[in-house]
Amino acid sequence: MTPANKIQGMLSDIAHGRSGDKGNHANIAVIAYNPQGYEWLKANLTVEVVCQYFRERKIHRAERYEAPNLLGLNFMLYDVLEGGASRSLLIDTQGKSLAYHLLQMPIEIPDEALKLRNPQEKIPS
Amino acid sequence: MKRIRIGNGCGFWGDSVDAPINLVRDGHLDYLTLEYLAELTMSILALQKQRDPNAGFASDFIEVLSRLTPLLIQQPRLKIVTNAGGMNPMACALQAKAVLDKAGIRRRIFLVSGDDIFSKLEEILKDPSELKNLDTGHSLETIRSKVVSANTYLGAQPIARALESGADIVITGRVADASLTVGPAIAEFGWAMNDFDRLSAATVAGHLIECGAQATGGIWTHWQEAEPLDTIGYPIAEIDESGVFQISKPPHTGGAINLETISEQLLYEVGDPAAYLTPDVVSDFTSVLLKQLSRDVVQVSDARGKPATPFYKVSIAFRDGFSSGGTLVIPGARAAKRAGEILLARLRHAGFSYQRSYVEVLPGPTENSEAYLRVSVHDPNKAAVERFTREFAPLVTSGPQGVSGYTTGRAAVREVFAYWPALIRKELVEPKVEELQ
Repeated sequence: MTPANKIQGMLSDIAHGRSGDKGNHANIAVIAYNPQGYEWLKANLTVEVVCQYFRERKIHRAERYEAPNLLGLNFMLYDVLEGGASRSLLIDTQGKSLAYHLLQMPIEIPDEALKLRNPQEKIPS
Repeated sequence: MKRIRIGNGCGFWGDSVDAPINLVRDGHLDYLTLEYLAELTMSILALQKQRDPNAGFASDFIEVLSRLTPLLIQQPRLKIVTNAGGMNPMACALQAKAVLDKAGIRRRIFLVSGDDIFSKLEEILKDPSELKNLDTGHSLETIRSKVVSANTYLGAQPIARALESGADIVITGRVADASLTVGPAIAEFGWAMNDFDRLSAATVAGHLIECGAQATGGIWTHWQEAEPLDTIGYPIAEIDESGVFQISKPPHTGGAINLETISEQLLYEVGDPAAYLTPDVVSDFTSVLLKQLSRDVVQVSDARGKPATPFYKVSIAFRDGFSSGGTLVIPGARAAKRAGEILLARLRHAGFSYQRSYVEVLPGPTENSEAYLRVSVHDPNKAAVERFTREFAPLVTSGPQGVSGYTTGRAAVREVFAYWPALIRKELVEPKVEELQ
């Protein structure tokens, strides 16, 4: 694939997600629309990329878990909520908006097929 | 094959007060679960109980139960399992009984308690390695004098025991959210506590429905496709004795249940999805298979589980000073940021500094659009935080041009309760099951 064929887009073109809190930590699940998209996520959406994207939050520790059955990656971002639900001075005390923001990440999509979406039958058997 | 239908009508204290009513009316439920307790709710309830020995539980439940009474008369076999007991399951149960008595309804009410270990802390801390902070490793002794509540997350067993003893309504203190669903499954199907795959299946079911409408289209990335959300249905898990279950919602309700809504909720507030820890089991979410059976019905199967750890999780809350946050609307993001800095500088000139302060600006679509300014502080000194709340109004006349959004009045000062996560060996905790006489 030559770069000229690549499509400029956003992570939300190929994935959906949800985020929330666990004490002072946040988790962000990013879930591909199809198996091809999941392979792209695994190869490209690394812990380093996510931490760099949220660099203003100065993330010191993060982990990525794989849930291939859901075509999902789960990121744990440690100590990012400025003290957690009760202590945080942020508007978003519980990291509810993190998934939304991550899905706005600009990406180069190698193939239109990654965008194919069917919420009724996501994983072909 | 035997099946039970468990509907969750409440995902947190403050959730829709109509949802449980609609769910019971149209859901054909065997069990209604209602989940009220967040991590720090217990500290607030602990203080309420200190002031009033008849308080300290989720009072919304009493209102919901009162509105449910006509339906309870029509559905005599419906059982209710709720953690509304909070810090005071007995007081909650007594009020629940009063509501039922008034409506002429007889139900056997059971309490599950023993989660509150506050009075045992001294004994437990004879071994100073107990209750260390899970994140920092610090000893609880460092904040011992400020602790206001300490509760273990109990599991499904005491709930199951209450139901097996004939409970119609089970009111608990702190239990793991998913255990509200696992308890009925154990009681109905007679699963053994080493039947890890089935316990894991019910745990997955409980996890999926515990946040109410988050399983049925609420906060879904494509929530617009779930419209109408104004009539969103709350989730029902129909579990069979093999552990396979379906997530659905009452007919003619808004929202959506599909592989996207369910997989988003499955990973919600999860760390390692291959090892979701509860008091009942270590559940492997990466084993489960999802299948859309029909519109708004998703089947979940193949859950795998491993033995639970020898620990309960403990949620400890301690006093941690005071905080406040105030907001203004100001034309221009840069002006808004500067206004926040001016506010904090004025406080410095007046002799007040803060342990932590934060200026947050949500910009409008252009630099000159009105922006939302929020300034917040946190400090042990209540007087300093009170002084902070008085510094917003002057900006209306002595700051940038066009300051608005101040009509909601002065920001409130809030006492902060910080959260201290810890573990405790299970043998140190004694869950208690009793019937309200």
